[in-house]
Parts: sequence; structure tokens; C-alpha cells
Amino acid sequence: MHIVVCVKQIPDPSAPATLTADFRLNRSGKLLLDEADTYGVELALQVREAHVDSRVTVVSMGDATDVTGLRSALAMGADAAVIVSDPALAGADSLTTAKVLSAVIKELGADVVIAATESSDGYTGTMPAQLAELLGVPSLTFAKAVRVEATTLSIDRQTDTGYDVVSSSLPALVTVTAGAVEPRYANFKGIMAAKSKPVDVKSLSDLGLSGLASSWGQEVVSVQEATQRQSGAVLVDDGTAAQALVDYLSSIKVL
Amino acid sequence: MSALTWWIVAEPSGHGLRGSAKELLSEAVRHGGAVSVVTWGEVSPEVIADAEQFGAEVVLQLDVPTTVVPGAPVAAALAALCEARRPDVILFSSSYDGRDIAGRLSARLNRPVLTNVTALTTDNGVVTQHQIFGGTTLVNARLTTEGVSLVVVRPKSFVAQEQPRTASLEQVDAVASSVTPVVITQSHVDERTGPALADAEVVVAGGRGLGSPEAFAAVETVATLLGGAPAASRAIVDAGWVPYAYQVGQTGQTVKPTVYIACGISGATQHLVGMKGAQYIVAINKDASAPIFSVADFGIVGDVNAVLPALTALLRARTA
Repeated sequence: MHIVVCVKQIPDPSAPATLTADFRLNRSGKLLLDEADTYGVELALQVREAHVDSRVTVVSMGDATDVTGLRSALAMGADAAVIVSDPALAGADSLTTAKVLSAVIKELGADVVIAATESSDGYTGTMPAQLAELLGVPSLTFAKAVRVEATTLSIDRQTDTGYDVVSSSLPALVTVTAGAVEPRYANFKGIMAAKSKPVDVKSLSDLGLSGLASSWGQEVVSVQEATQRQSGAVLVDDGTAAQALVDYLSSIKVL
Repeated sequence: MSALTWWIVAEPSGHGLRGSAKELLSEAVRHGGAVSVVTWGEVSPEVIADAEQFGAEVVLQLDVPTTVVPGAPVAAALAALCEARRPDVILFSSSYDGRDIAGRLSARLNRPVLTNVTALTTDNGVVTQHQIFGGTTLVNARLTTEGVSLVVVRPKSFVAQEQPRTASLEQVDAVASSVTPVVITQSHVDERTGPALADAEVVVAGGRGLGSPEAFAAVETVATLLGGAPAASRAIVDAGWVPYAYQVGQTGQTVKPTVYIACGISGATQHLVGMKGAQYIVAINKDASAPIFSVADFGIVGDVNAVLPALTALLRARTA
């Protein structure tokens, strides 16, 4: 079974984010594996362990100058990585990303495609569904639990009030929510092994996608500062803060 | 420009229109033009009544059953309908099914999709607004090529407002999707008392500052005593302390309660997006420099595990 995990290298979430002059997220600093993707990598490894003759490939799109994030996925245990990197893709929207990843995945072939529900930098949250449509496969989204059999897949799918058990046949795409699995930490052996695992860097022309327009059909018109909320009184708890809070809740008529 | 044609994608609820669909419908009506609600499954009289109450002229019923996950089949049906009828704007709620359908429709139509939208204008074409960096920065964007605008809207962005009209029901034969269906075999509803998180007037949310999964019980107790709903930051959902359904933030739910009480939540930008619309914000955190205090109307620098039990005792004493 071939399990492909879509992952993204993102700017360090603990560093303040900024925009470039042309309204793109500044990605010039260190790039890390999106923590949201660690759940997908972990799930893939568990599926590989449960099915003989299986392998895990992580696929990505973005700047490949620094592939530390991909090495993190390889150190967890993924077998190989492919990243599509091309200057023409800077600022690409979610549909373009899905087109690029679908081209890679069609070339690789996949029984199960795994993605996070959304990235932690762009948050568009539509790429997995776009990718599934382009691949022509069913998508089992917002999984809290995943069960992969030889030819079928079922998940517990998050709903507003609980969850639905939903199932389909393979090949299929799954998106995992945080907490669906517990990502393993890369151990020393994994980190050392990751150094010699293949990271295949592809350009758009390698994929026959040179014609992919560098205009995404959408543009930023303007960017403005939001009106900030004013903060109010802050008190240090000396044992009476709970009473002060009750009084406050009364004053705003919640009590 | 001439009046726009709007479609509102309304997910079946089992009874009337969902709050999010009413919000989208009201916003479309506010901009003027022809407004239709698109739904599937059984269409109850309550759906028609709600659609009329909030200003729709047509309810389009797609021939897609509710026993399958709607992403692929509804997108296929909508794509065919788009080709035939050329709407200007399709509004989706940023829900599980809304995102699935919008993404698949975007790929089928080869049209970009505008997501996380919290405001929109139509004076000069459709321009959408979304928030970045924890809501401190607003980005206005538009599509640059002719065709339908696919817009995914965060819940609670618009105010539902009654605007009674008479609506007709039109059944549409769905074009079948070639994608293997995803079948719903069981549905589980979590045991939960009190209001739904999205509708609660009081939200009490817990974060990493609680220190342990067990401490979340104090958050739930206070929520119950205040007639509200418990919620959580991404940190403790990621850590597996509480289910994803509790999560408030960029990833997760958007809430607009009367009061939001953040307990042991530092206020990462990704959290603020989901709760900054609250009328009043209360923060309890032992770190006085936590960003949550910059948006709080009332802040307590202290240990949540001391303040919450004391608060619980006072609230119980009031009701005793």
C-alpha cells in the first residue's frame, strides 16, 4: 500500500508573522513542518505498520532551499519526500496548490492520500477537497479516528454535534483533525536515518505543468489594520478575584 | 453594475434553515438581486418558511440524499447547475460540509475560492474581506477573471435579519458525480447539556494553563452554572484533552457570545480570531503579559485552578 501525506513547511509559528510588499506571507525565515501535518504523518506510519509491503511518501510544495520540515517527517519514519519548488509558484492559491500536488500524486500513484484539515499559516481549508476532486477520489474529511482496511476506509467524521461513521473504497483521501492520533517524536536513529532518505525536488516543467499560469485569478485589493479592542481593568488575584468576577458578571447582566 | 444572482448553499438540518444559512441569506438580500437557497435531501415546510422569512425567492432542491457525505455529489450537481444558470456569487458556510463542497466545486469549475470571509462589498464587483494575524489585519481580495465568485464565510460574520418574501420550490435532477460515494453508516450525538457552543450567550473556555485534562471539569462546571457552553483552545485539543468540537479559533469554531471567559488561555492569534467578536471578554491567566489581556474587558492575573473553584462556590451559593 502506498500512503502519500501532503505536508507543508511553514514559517515558525512562534515568530511574529509579516506580509511582503506584494501582500504575501513573509516566508524568508526558517521553515518548519506544520504541526498540523504531524498527525497525518503519524497516521500514515500506523497504516504502514498495519499493512505489509507499504510505504509512506510525503509530498509538498514550496521553497526547497531549506527542507528541515520534510526531514522532520522523514525522521518520524516516512520513507521518502517529494517537493515541487518553482519560483512561478510563489503566492499560489489553494487551487493551484491542489493542481500541483495532484500531478505529483498521479505520477507516484497512491492508495491513501492524507492531509491536515488546513495549514497553520494560510488556513484556507479547501485544498484537500480540491485535491480529491482533481484526483477523482472520495474524500473522508475531518477524521477523529481512521480505520484503513485492504480495499476500504472508514473514519469517525467530526460533526457539529458529535461524529458520523462514514466509509468508502480505496483509493481515497483523508483529512485528520488534531488528536486523531498521537504523533511520535523522532528518535536519534530516526533523525540519523532521515539524513540519507531521498528528497526529490521537482520543478513545474518536470511535471509538465510549465503552462500553469502564475496568476491565480484572485488578487489582494488592499490591506488594512483592524480596529483594536480596548482592554479593561486587570486585577491580581489576592483571593477575592472570584467575587470581583461575580460582581462584574452582574454588572454586565450575565448574572 | 446590474443586480447580482446569489446562491446560498444551505446544509440540511433536519428541520428549518441553520443559523449560518440565515446569516448568508440576509447578507445576500442586503446587497440586492435574485437570491436562491440551494439545499438537498428532504425539504421540510420549515425550510421553505425560513427561506421566505429571510428573503429567498427560490429554494433549489438537489436530488442528493443525506445518507452520503455531500461534498462530491453536491459539488457535481452545483457545477452542472452553474454552467446552465450562471450565478454571480455562491455563498458557503465555513462548516465541515461547506468547505468540502466549495473545494470540490472550485476544482470542477476551475475557479479560485475565497475563504474565511468575514465581510463583503459589491459596489465595485465582489470584494471579500478576511482577517489574518489573529484579526489584527484585514485583507480585501477579489477574483480577477469573469465568472462565479465562490465565497466561504466564517459563521457569525453577518447578522440574520427577517425580510419576508414568497419563495417557490424547484426540484433539480442532480448530475451524478463519478466519484465513489462516501456513505454515512452511523451518527453519534455527543452527550451534552446546555446550549450549543455556536449559540451560547456565555462561553467558558479552557487552555493549557489548566495544567491537566482533569482540570477541564472546572471549566465545564462554571459553564453549566452560567447556563453557557464549555470550549477550548487549540493547545488542549491538540493535546487530546478535549474533542475538536470544543475548539474555538481560526481552526475550529467562531463564537460571538455576550461574554467569553478565557481560563488559562494565553491568547495566541489563532485563538483570538474565533472569539474577538464577543461582547465582553474575561481573561484569567497567571501570566500578566499574556496577549489575552490585551483584548480582555476584565482580567484576573491568577491561578485558574484557584479562581475557578472559588467562582464555582460563589455561583452555587447564589443559586442555593
